[in-house]
Amino acid sequence: MKTFRTSWNHIRRSPYQALAAITIMTLTFLAISIFSIMTIGSTKIIAYFESKPQVTAFFKNEANQEDIDTLSEQMEQSQEVANVRFVSKQEALKIYREQNKNDPLLLDLVTSDILPASLEVSANRIEDLSPIADALKKSPIVSEVIFQKDVVQTLTSWTSALRKIGIGVIVLLSVVSVFIMATIIGFKISQKREEIEIMKLLSATNWYIRWPFLLEGIFYGLVGAFFGWLIAAVGLVYATPYLQSFLGSIPLLPVPMFFLLGLLGAEFIVAIILGTFSSFLAVLRYLK
Amino acid sequence: MIRLENVTKTFGTGASALIDVTVAIEKGEFVFLVGPSGSGKTTFLRLLIRDMLPSKGTIIVGDWDLTKLPNSKIPHLRKRIGVVFQDLKLLTDRTILENIILPLEMTNIDSKTALKKVEDILSQAGILEHKDKFPVQLSGGELQRVAIARALVFSPEILLADEPTGNLDATTSWEIVKLLQDINALGTTVIMATHNTDIVNNLLKRVVTLSKGSLLKDEKPRPKADQPLAEKSHHEKKESSEKAEQKTEK
Repeated sequence: MKTFRTSWNHIRRSPYQALAAITIMTLTFLAISIFSIMTIGSTKIIAYFESKPQVTAFFKNEANQEDIDTLSEQMEQSQEVANVRFVSKQEALKIYREQNKNDPLLLDLVTSDILPASLEVSANRIEDLSPIADALKKSPIVSEVIFQKDVVQTLTSWTSALRKIGIGVIVLLSVVSVFIMATIIGFKISQKREEIEIMKLLSATNWYIRWPFLLEGIFYGLVGAFFGWLIAAVGLVYATPYLQSFLGSIPLLPVPMFFLLGLLGAEFIVAIILGTFSSFLAVLRYLK
Repeated sequence: MIRLENVTKTFGTGASALIDVTVAIEKGEFVFLVGPSGSGKTTFLRLLIRDMLPSKGTIIVGDWDLTKLPNSKIPHLRKRIGVVFQDLKLLTDRTILENIILPLEMTNIDSKTALKKVEDILSQAGILEHKDKFPVQLSGGELQRVAIARALVFSPEILLADEPTGNLDATTSWEIVKLLQDINALGTTVIMATHNTDIVNNLLKRVVTLSKGSLLKDEKPRPKADQPLAEKSHHEKKESSEKAEQKTEK
């Protein structure tokens, strides 16, 4: 308890140094939060597409039900196919109405006649999408085939780049914050050199002197982590409506609270490690 | 209790602060450590609290051989030896109470017991009414008492006082010495470094004299030497100095 009090006094008595330490930590954890959310989000989007390896074949208007059933049976017999689902013109309209229920103008213009019937063919693996798509394209009743392989490939390369940039920025900011914190704490140790010398002469153990400085580093880390996380979390909440319209049917938003709290918990652990490491550097350098 | 055997301390510059000093001090003794400035008195005391290591020789304090004492044991040693530093080493941004309670905060003692103990010591040192003041608000003699009080918080077996009367007037000096004598009377070994010949000559205690780092003399206390004599002598001196002052005024 006494150690906590001493540590708090160190912080309170030099507010500008504390502010500098907290600011750099906030910046570092803001970057960690943003890149973590982006990386985890894009990974989830990829996983969503990968979990639904699907080819959609739209039928020509003249296609009759018999031909469609034949094609459907052919697909079901294929080893690569997990599931086949026929979507009639009426069902397509229902889906369309559901997706655009807030826009009456779009609902008025569309009838089931102009929407094509389609066959949704799910594959077992994402690699199987190409042969299934090729097979469907060969059918004379199919007008157009779409599948997500390209989407997944593009997303994967973007995510990979994002991850690399994120790790780079986080490592750089972490190193900078460790050095800034070590300098600030080192400076405080130098300021208290006389007091430390007196305490040692009065029987203080090395750890009695070190603990308040270690706690100070941890405190800066935790406060910085909290503010960095808070800024990112509030930003995410505000951006959710825009992102939702962009992501469409992908069930990613709103981000569940337990995810954000989990991120905060993980950041607290990183903050404790960074804070302890920085103060330890200072303590080893200035308190021999 | 304390044994220095052929202790030599040479600094990096080549200057020797102590040369081949051998002294033994028994439990409960009151010893004056005298000698001119630079004779090695402070080095002698610093060696006893392992603030530095001797270049040669052995130093035994109680059961510990200080030359072989691991760093982790130094705090234990310093709890058994109270020190009144020449420059007092009080923290100027803390009150008297906070200064004195500081060593106790380094232990697991609960704050209520610690506070009680500090107040008892402050009463013993006669400065309880100053407990909430800061060092800058106190006189030299009061500050010495604060330093002595802080040195007593662990009820040490040994008390080292480095020039505790250095900058004090005669009356205050005698008050400080009286306080040290009282502490000694309770069984604490007291080693007082001083060059106040008035006190040394009147108190008739053991006197260890250092000169340029070497042990010049080790005079045992004279028989029948006791406190009343010293005090009487002090009062006589005080009276004569007052008379002298009156004459000067006339």
